[in-house]
Amino acid sequence: MQETITFFSGFGISDFWFLADAALKTLWISVLSISVGTVLGVIFGWMLHEGKWLAALTIGSILDIFRSVPLIIQLVLFYNFAPMIGLNLDPFGSGVVILTIYTAALVSNVARGGIEAVPTPMRKASRTLGMSYWQDLFYIVLPIGGRAVFPAWIGVVLGVMKDSALVSVLGYVELLKASQILITRTQEPFLILALAGAFYFALSYPISRYAAKFEQRWAQ
Amino acid sequence: MFEYNFHWRPVLKSLPDLLQAGLLTLEVAVISMLIGITIGLCLALMRMKLNGPLKWFAVSWIEVARNTPVLFQLFFFGFGLGAAGINLPPYVIIVTGLSFNCAGYLAENFRGGFQAVPDTQMNAARCLGMNGWQTYTRIIIPQVFRIVYHPITNQMVWAVLMSSLGMMIGFRELSGETQFFASRTFRIFEYFAVTAVIYYVIVKLILGLSRLLSARLFRY
Repeated sequence: MQETITFFSGFGISDFWFLADAALKTLWISVLSISVGTVLGVIFGWMLHEGKWLAALTIGSILDIFRSVPLIIQLVLFYNFAPMIGLNLDPFGSGVVILTIYTAALVSNVARGGIEAVPTPMRKASRTLGMSYWQDLFYIVLPIGGRAVFPAWIGVVLGVMKDSALVSVLGYVELLKASQILITRTQEPFLILALAGAFYFALSYPISRYAAKFEQRWAQ
Repeated sequence: MFEYNFHWRPVLKSLPDLLQAGLLTLEVAVISMLIGITIGLCLALMRMKLNGPLKWFAVSWIEVARNTPVLFQLFFFGFGLGAAGINLPPYVIIVTGLSFNCAGYLAENFRGGFQAVPDTQMNAARCLGMNGWQTYTRIIIPQVFRIVYHPITNQMVWAVLMSSLGMMIGFRELSGETQFFASRTFRIFEYFAVTAVIYYVIVKLILGLSRLLSARLFRY
């Protein structure tokens, strides 16, 4: 009796764990680059606010490049550029570096907006009360400006989380790449794409709802 | 340490092709934006004015478009519909995917714009004897467009940047064309560097054009 050979096999429970693992990778790369990128972005935003034209000319125009070139191009460029200067980065490392700078570029604008959202009289008042420059920055500007731009920051976070799917172009197996691999094997695109999409949606939707609620409350 | 030799000659030779592909990128982005604005306007009105299934259709479109990665949406229109027996050419996939995404984002912008137009405008127009259609097309929507002018410009830039994902589904717009040449000559860095510059120029052109247009449109 001749045995038939099949190249495709159905979607099994082990594939589900494969997807879950990939989802964790997506989460990990996003959390890492968003947290570092946000810190950097806030520093850049502060520099843009304080540095006037000099900062705008240097940091501002450099960060502007990262906002005006597609992320996918940045990833490929950096991945191929790193070995030239002797850096041996795996896809994950390159992805984190570029996603971090990308986040920083987006957050710097948000942070500058936040600093400028605090009325000057308020800052003058805090200085008059004897606060130092840094006290003013941490106890007055951060809470007030931060609250004003919190929804915008959430928007950036969700955007980067979704854009982390692009790291798959370097061969890093995150959620979307994993689902692509499974689709090739199982030939069940609907089920797998639905699972991957549901994960992104389940992560992104509650956060965006929360930000919208926050914005409404803040507007009152 | 730096032992890489740049070879720019092949890139220069294929520069006309790349610029041609840049035009294709622009074409895809403009078409998607036009479709996206039309659908987005309808979705915003459906979400605000209607009840029942049509409203939920609009809400789910908007939320899915905003809360899943663009790449996922493109995969869905590519692989997903492909499995259902609908094989779309790459050009259609990218235009459909980008339109779907832009419509979702723009719908929310339009919703904000509609809410910013005072109700009294509507009442005044109705008092002057205009019917509903006239009121919308002559009074409300022009004001909405003025409010969402900047978000639309931003979305246009995003559309150009997102169209670079054509590379992932085998469409030869600027990124896809670059990858095609890069994998033929192995001058990956050089090709993608030039492409990055082209994208930067396209984005700056759009922003400049939009500023000129706004100065012309919103004089009073």
